[in-house]
Amino acid sequence: MFTYTVRRLLLAIPTLLFISLIIFLLLDLAPGDPTAQLPLTIPPEVREKIRESLGLGQPVYVRYLLWLKQFLVAEPLHVFDTMFGTGFADGMQRVISWQTRSPVADIIAQRMPQTLWVVGLSYVIGTLIALPIGIISAYRQYSWFDQIGALVSMIGYSVPTFFTGVLLIVVFAVNLGWFPSIYDTTHVVDSWDAFVFQVRQMAMPVFVLALYNAAQISRFMRASMLDNLAQDYVRTARAKGMSEKVVVLLHVLRNSMIPVVTVIALGVPTIFGGAIITEQVFKVNGLGQLLITAIYANDIPMVQTLTFIFAVLIVLFNLIADVLYGMLDPRIRYD
Amino acid sequence: MPDGAAPVLDVRDLKTVFHTRSGEVHAVNAVSFALKPGELLGVVGESGSGKSVTMMSLIGLLPTPPAELRGGQVLFDGEDLLKVPDKRLRALRGKRIGFVFQDPMTSLNPVFTVGFQIMEPLRKHMGMTKDQARKRAQELLELVGIPDAARRLKDFPHQFSGGMRQRVMIAIALACDPDVLIADEPTTALDVTIQAQILELMKELRERLGMAVIWITHDLGVIAEIADRVLVMYGGQVVEQAPVAELFGNPQHPYTRALLQTVPSLTGAREERLHVIEGQPPILRAAPQSCPFRDRCTHAFDRCARENPARRPVGPGHDAACFWDAPANRPHHEPKAAIP
Repeated sequence: MFTYTVRRLLLAIPTLLFISLIIFLLLDLAPGDPTAQLPLTIPPEVREKIRESLGLGQPVYVRYLLWLKQFLVAEPLHVFDTMFGTGFADGMQRVISWQTRSPVADIIAQRMPQTLWVVGLSYVIGTLIALPIGIISAYRQYSWFDQIGALVSMIGYSVPTFFTGVLLIVVFAVNLGWFPSIYDTTHVVDSWDAFVFQVRQMAMPVFVLALYNAAQISRFMRASMLDNLAQDYVRTARAKGMSEKVVVLLHVLRNSMIPVVTVIALGVPTIFGGAIITEQVFKVNGLGQLLITAIYANDIPMVQTLTFIFAVLIVLFNLIADVLYGMLDPRIRYD
Repeated sequence: MPDGAAPVLDVRDLKTVFHTRSGEVHAVNAVSFALKPGELLGVVGESGSGKSVTMMSLIGLLPTPPAELRGGQVLFDGEDLLKVPDKRLRALRGKRIGFVFQDPMTSLNPVFTVGFQIMEPLRKHMGMTKDQARKRAQELLELVGIPDAARRLKDFPHQFSGGMRQRVMIAIALACDPDVLIADEPTTALDVTIQAQILELMKELRERLGMAVIWITHDLGVIAEIADRVLVMYGGQVVEQAPVAELFGNPQHPYTRALLQTVPSLTGAREERLHVIEGQPPILRAAPQSCPFRDRCTHAFDRCARENPARRPVGPGHDAACFWDAPANRPHHEPKAAIP
């Protein structure tokens, strides 16, 4: 397993380099001008100077290699410096946002907590709700519980989050006034009341996303449980006199979790991607919203960096899913 | 076998019905039989004759619904197993009544070690500690002839061959020293040499441990090899019951006779073709009011359509459910002539 993991990690390097090149070339091909949003009164020759100062005058491979150097050398060294107070990154050019002229990494670090709190929490809650629902639905197949679960899952999965989000805002924020309609990022939790407010402002976006995640995962869980409940080994466990609890929650669940864990692990990178639409609807200024505004503003370094980070996470969690699979299923050995 | 001893398992008038979309299916119809201590009872019949369903009904292994146990008694050690609560049934299953199933490739849980799966009933029913259970599991693996038992306890089912897995299943079934072992076609999924090994093992274990065994099979050769007594099932009911030598020497029910004819013989003249029993076994939508074998029977007459024959004694320890009087000790291959 260890050698397999190391081999996969080494293989990930060329994969990711290739992905970064593709992203870079795609963004380079895309139409748009970073100076487009500047006032029209700026004369063309000044605009050209601005473009050159952003490094756009150089050939594409030079820009790509420069970005690689900034991202892979300057940024990690900078992180090291801030942690240990050293000065390795002094004088090195970091990846700079064209919009704000501040380092991309700093902005991402600012936005990350909002996304992790809202989207990450909704993923955790969604998963925790989905697993028992899936188990009970399968064990009591075609019962009223299963029927209602199927209906709610279908709604949760098929109604888009921008619809449920807006619907919730209209009902609970506008008409009933229970929850704020806009997420306040600057809110500081320093007292019980502040904490309650934080919970209230997170309630709706977390609910919308948790419903979506739970719908998906509970269906997977149910299908996987049903597959396994029909297996011969379940009858063996019953014939051994094991209680239903042991049969279902040990014998069946352990087998059913194998594909579900993979699905859950592969879903984790989407948390970091931020729920782009939901963040927009609730005005949560997380990573998803950052990406959208960066795209609007032709902020190529920001888009490039964010997209590449998502790619890294996807490759990483694919590997984690594979490793988990091998750990859960003794029939799979990677050596 | 001790004759006349009180039966360890006494089944009376067992009825099992399945509720399906297209209506009820009467899978087990008034099955009665007794199992004496230490006896090996063979149960034969073609697919769908109700052999497995009968044995699963005894001990509550059928999912209800769709199954429904509609009546009868299953007396085990003075208790009616159809009336005791689930909890009591679970305490008997795996402890005093062991099971071996047909397909060893799928009957073991793939994600747990073989050791864990053998130790599970030991810890639950015998209250053993982990170390005691491990020691006993190792003994059991040695008992069923798995070499290097201590190491193999840590292996997963996929690391065993089919025959070895069936040995593991037998070890699990025998773990708590049961009074009754129910083996549901335990050799059907195995190839012939492994089948012979498992049969040898079972014979040996039965002598050593002295439990009663119900051996379900559709293989008459296996029955001839190991059984003391045989039940022949058809259409969810027992159509003939006899000691093994009597059944092979003097079959009374036309179905049994036909079944015996389907077995190719190694000795004697080579026949033109193997005999087949024409037609399909019935799917019973209601409790049968006529003989279920009537449509395929070469001896059927009008009474067979009016009444379902009850089992009646036809010899010492031998009974059959048929109105037709078979000529005794006739050779098996008789002309196919309908009796008017």
